[in-house]
Amino acid sequence: MNKKPTKKLIVFTILAAALILVSIFADRLCPYNPYAQDLSLSYNAPSAEHLMGTDTYGRDMFSRIIIGARASILSTLALVAIITMFGTAVGVICGYFGGRVDSVVMRISDLFLAFPGLVFALAVAALLGGGIINAVFALAVISWPKYSRVARSQTLSVKALSFIQAARLAGDSPVQIIVRHILPNILGPILVTSMLDIGTMMMELAGLSFLGLGAQPPIAEWGSMMSNGRSMLQTYPWVVLSPGFAIFVSVVIFNLLGDTVRDYLDPK
Amino acid sequence: MDEMITVNNVSKNFISRGNSDTLALKGVSFSLEHGETLGIVGESGSGKSTVAKLITGLISPTKGEIRICDNDIQRQKGENPLELYSKIQMVFQNPVESFNPRKTLGYSIGESLRNRGFSASAASTMVAELLEKVGLTAEFATKYPHQVSGGQCQRAAIARALAVEPNILVCDEATSALDVTVQKQIMELLDELRKTRDLSIIFICHNLALVQSFCDRVIVLYDGVIVEQGRPNDIINNPQAEYTKSLVDSIL
Repeated sequence: MNKKPTKKLIVFTILAAALILVSIFADRLCPYNPYAQDLSLSYNAPSAEHLMGTDTYGRDMFSRIIIGARASILSTLALVAIITMFGTAVGVICGYFGGRVDSVVMRISDLFLAFPGLVFALAVAALLGGGIINAVFALAVISWPKYSRVARSQTLSVKALSFIQAARLAGDSPVQIIVRHILPNILGPILVTSMLDIGTMMMELAGLSFLGLGAQPPIAEWGSMMSNGRSMLQTYPWVVLSPGFAIFVSVVIFNLLGDTVRDYLDPK
Repeated sequence: MDEMITVNNVSKNFISRGNSDTLALKGVSFSLEHGETLGIVGESGSGKSTVAKLITGLISPTKGEIRICDNDIQRQKGENPLELYSKIQMVFQNPVESFNPRKTLGYSIGESLRNRGFSASAASTMVAELLEKVGLTAEFATKYPHQVSGGQCQRAAIARALAVEPNILVCDEATSALDVTVQKQIMELLDELRKTRDLSIIFICHNLALVQSFCDRVIVLYDGVIVEQGRPNDIINNPQAEYTKSLVDSIL
């Protein structure tokens, strides 16, 4: 599509790219070693030296927020990418070919949708043991059905349009029809779903980390940093508020990016 | 005369879960001669579009046999769909909906050519020629379906159908979604094309007056059964079946 990107799209893309770049180059951007403990510095309030103060062990919060972006943002993005691709592939195949495979796979996805997500993820994560990769896997196992639902229903509505029949008359194979004609037309809603899901997934990963099933200490991760500091909300609020602020900012940026991408992808 | 299409005792049953099955066509037989324009009229739900989809191989008959240029369509579709679709092409009712909204008109028109091994540049040269043949200009190739009018889009759809130089063109309500003046232009285009190209046409329509002026022969379909067939003037002047009578009465 040769459509000029809107100003909003450029701004949010740059912001999201900045977040991702920060998480990739996190170790070079930290002003202090995020893991170095110095108990004489514990609970220092934000100052010019420590922009976001220090935590219980005297670690620089600002450095921990930057390095925490890696665990929080990169693993969330990996998670969303995995479930988007897998869920979409399943949904498109079911929607396009229909029949018995469709019925069976959709009942399986109903099964996953019927469980409370985090509880099921807990079970899977507990089975696999702690660690951020296992947490991502556990959440992926329970989150793909949403995407296959969206992809399937979108495929069904696109499939009914006559340009799909025209493509068959042009001699396209089913794979060519899916790649050339169906995917480009259902990508918008799926992309928006996944972008709006980034925030939720970030929170669920954090939840697993809090319960000891996600990021393992001493790895900095925003969700677990918030959970660890939650008793200090009234005494040393920066310990909780800075990772909270980081989550808030990233979720807002990705959500707004999702919205603008949806507007941009609308052909009219 | 050569028979381009032979439809022999074809039934189509749409199976629906929960509800009783729908018999869209009940033992229909007809043929299309070489160079002929055959009109198919009938009300909504009479099975007109089912006929179009069956003879283009988009759906398979429940019973009966369809032959295109003396080949069994089901077998041919299984063996080599490209060969089948070099013989028969279709123009759809809703022109805008018949183009992928995310691809240019040029992409869609050239698709069948590229699928047949033409290079992208050769295909785009041919697309430009096709566009001029249907009364558009080459620059329409870069436009998207929502950027052109319904009439222009239908012209592009005709160009797409003609790209592989088919022998048979199926027009499924090809003018129904257009306003009357544009309808006339499209009919003139189709008339010119059938004179200049070796085209046999199946013209599906619910407008008997349009069929009268355009078709050599007409079939009246009612509730999945052929209730009458013959020359358009004979049918209009002397309708036999009850449904045809009411159809003739409804011509303004």
